[in-house]
Amino acid sequence: MLGALILVWAAFSITTDGVFLSPRNLALLSRQMAVTAIATTGIVLLIVSGQIDLSAGSLAGLCGAVAAMGCTNLGLGVALSIAIALTLGATLGFSQGVVVSRFGVPPFIVTLGGMLIFQGILLGLTKGVSIVPPAGFLRIGQEFLPKSATWALGAAGSAVCLWQVKRGKGLLVWGLSAVMAVGVAALFNAYQGLPLPVLLMLLLAACFWVLAEHTAFGRQLYAIGGNRDAAFYAGVPINKRIIAIFTIMGAVSASAGVVLTARVGAASADAGKMLELDAIAAAVIGGTSLLGGRGSVWGAILGATVMASLDNGMSLLNTEAFWQPIIKGTILVAAVTADLRWRHRR
Amino acid sequence: MLALAGVDLSLKRSEVHALCGENGAGKSTLLKILAGCHPFGSYGGDLKGESGPLHMLSPADADAAGIALVAQELALVPELSIFENMFLGRELSRYGLLRKEEMQRRCVIAMQRVGLDENPNALVASLSVGRQQLVEIAKALDKEARVLILDEPTAALTASDAEKLNALVRTLVDQGVGCLYVSHRLEEVFAISDTITVLRDGKTVASGPASGWTRSSVVEAMVGRALAEDALHAPAPVKGKTAASLTVEHWSLAHPSIPGRFAVEDISFDLHPGEILGIAGLMGSGRTALLTSLFGAARTLNTGRLRRGDSPWRGPFQGPREAMAHGMALVSEDRKGQGLVLCASLNENIALATLPAYQRRGLLNWPSLRREAAEIAASLQVRAASLEVEAGSLSGGNQQKIVIAKWLKTGPSILLLDEPTRGIDVGSKAEIHALIRDFAAKGMSVVVASSDLSELLGLSHRLIVLSGGRQTALLERDQFSQVAVMHAATAG
Repeated sequence: MLGALILVWAAFSITTDGVFLSPRNLALLSRQMAVTAIATTGIVLLIVSGQIDLSAGSLAGLCGAVAAMGCTNLGLGVALSIAIALTLGATLGFSQGVVVSRFGVPPFIVTLGGMLIFQGILLGLTKGVSIVPPAGFLRIGQEFLPKSATWALGAAGSAVCLWQVKRGKGLLVWGLSAVMAVGVAALFNAYQGLPLPVLLMLLLAACFWVLAEHTAFGRQLYAIGGNRDAAFYAGVPINKRIIAIFTIMGAVSASAGVVLTARVGAASADAGKMLELDAIAAAVIGGTSLLGGRGSVWGAILGATVMASLDNGMSLLNTEAFWQPIIKGTILVAAVTADLRWRHRR
Repeated sequence: MLALAGVDLSLKRSEVHALCGENGAGKSTLLKILAGCHPFGSYGGDLKGESGPLHMLSPADADAAGIALVAQELALVPELSIFENMFLGRELSRYGLLRKEEMQRRCVIAMQRVGLDENPNALVASLSVGRQQLVEIAKALDKEARVLILDEPTAALTASDAEKLNALVRTLVDQGVGCLYVSHRLEEVFAISDTITVLRDGKTVASGPASGWTRSSVVEAMVGRALAEDALHAPAPVKGKTAASLTVEHWSLAHPSIPGRFAVEDISFDLHPGEILGIAGLMGSGRTALLTSLFGAARTLNTGRLRRGDSPWRGPFQGPREAMAHGMALVSEDRKGQGLVLCASLNENIALATLPAYQRRGLLNWPSLRREAAEIAASLQVRAASLEVEAGSLSGGNQQKIVIAKWLKTGPSILLLDEPTRGIDVGSKAEIHALIRDFAAKGMSVVVASSDLSELLGLSHRLIVLSGGRQTALLERDQFSQVAVMHAATAG
């Protein structure tokens, strides 16, 4: 997957005479992908546990609009509005989880219904008019982290990687990551620093990586998706876990919605449409199995990067817009086919 | 190893030919060959029909040869109607369009021959299991089958339905059909058959007219082999009969598909520390249902009461978690289905039931998890390149040890094992037997359910025999014999 990404980047940097790899473009690219990447971090764990969420995009749109309306129409503070949006997202996610686990309705159906319902509510709330949140809100999507802080973050990331090397983890992987952390910081600072949405994305990805790999909750999700019966016989509280991951996914969708609204500069009635499909595609390209039991957060971030790079590179090349979905669709199917064949051969 | 090693069988017209044998004697393999499921060339030996040698490559060839198998697990599609099922895969059509009226007409005729009075458009799902069985037979008749193979046709039927079915079989046989009839119920075998053939270890051990057999001679022929080697060393005696660690009374479990019948009916027993209790019984006798319900995983109505040690009486556990909290563990029959997460590492499979115990301040302590997994894997002699490999890559014996390791980590005082050595090579089998003896010697109470009789006779201190969900015998070690168990297992 990393190989594919390098290939895509090399191809675009040649065809765009290096514009693609310029610090400015990479900063923009990373900001564009942040929303999808945030959604994908949550959806990976949901898919790993054998579930699916088709409502993530509409829920993001709805919660983004609620946050914007809180500031603009009700005059609530930015922090409070966002808190309300996140709570709403978590609550709606929780309700979907309850219907899935307690009543046994397939998640495909529940979240398909959720998608329609949330779209309807969003339309009803906004009446089709865009809501422009105040400047303080927009900063979340458009500000950059100061250069000094970006350096500090890069150094911290590097230190964590070096610590892993010291603990005897793979020198190649972690040593390389340590170098990359500083390199990435330098790259962002060559433009204006780390964009805030990207910071959020990295923080969320780190949280979800810890949740997935280093908590009983996370490993139990993998077990539920890998073999539900075995998890049941091993005493894993399956219903509780499924409700919890849907709740978390709701909050993640809401965060994606807030970042989306702030980056675009307004909440509109069709915000977030198709976001869930991009997030699912990113997860799958990043190695997540739709059958459950397999997948990783960083793989999904990588998948989101591949997708965003394709979008960005093709725009730079002035490719007609209709090519973008065609190419992305082909890559998605090709990636999964290659993955299955490889696994089969093993 | 060969599933079949020298079977001779000849089925005449107008006879019911009963085929008897223990689990694993080779009956199913033989039936599959006759039904064309194993293609010609994948087995050795000759198969002759009335008009010469049969070289069947697929079930369709068996159809053409006039052989119809009514499988133990019905091969009907519940969501389709009776006539659609009857013509599934050989639909009548003209100009690419289905000839529904013609199929319905023939369906009604075939149903009349088996005494079924149903609307051909009724869904199969709406029929009782007994009637579904009749649909299968009607289907065979419509194909003009001259050889009808019935695999445990009455196993899922109520007594009166079974009687009706057997009467029908007699009528068909009188009309010239030859019927190969597999059954575990010896009463039935004697009531219906003209000829009896007994298979053991893939061979025909004896065959002859039913009048020449007695119940005892059939049972002896079925079990006649020498005891397997590990059956020879007896388990260490239970040290002094201490108080029971588990007492179960009037334990019943409703049958999952037949209303009014039980999968397990009114079973009572007690279990002591250090004891290995065997559960014997033929396929479908309720062994698995008994163990899963004791572990709180019953899927149908479960009644009865149990007590751990001298704690108060209580009803069945509400789910595996409660059972685990009371020191129970179940190594289930289906290793891949219920035991392992095949795509997860061995470390994780071993820790699956105890994950929360490895959390420190909310985070998993991977080093200690790996260390403990390595320790227990070493003590059970798991052979794997590393504990990071996926469980799916191991052999059956090593997979089973991983499942056992998982349950040992929960620190059980009562270990339930369902078919602990099925599909496992001989070497691992002996190792697992040694482990089971060792657990008991350390004071654990162990229940082993198995279809392998020599395994049970070798391991257990006492043996419960089930037949049709009921306990038909409780044998002490000095009463153990294959004949005694088979008598009880084929009773009722």
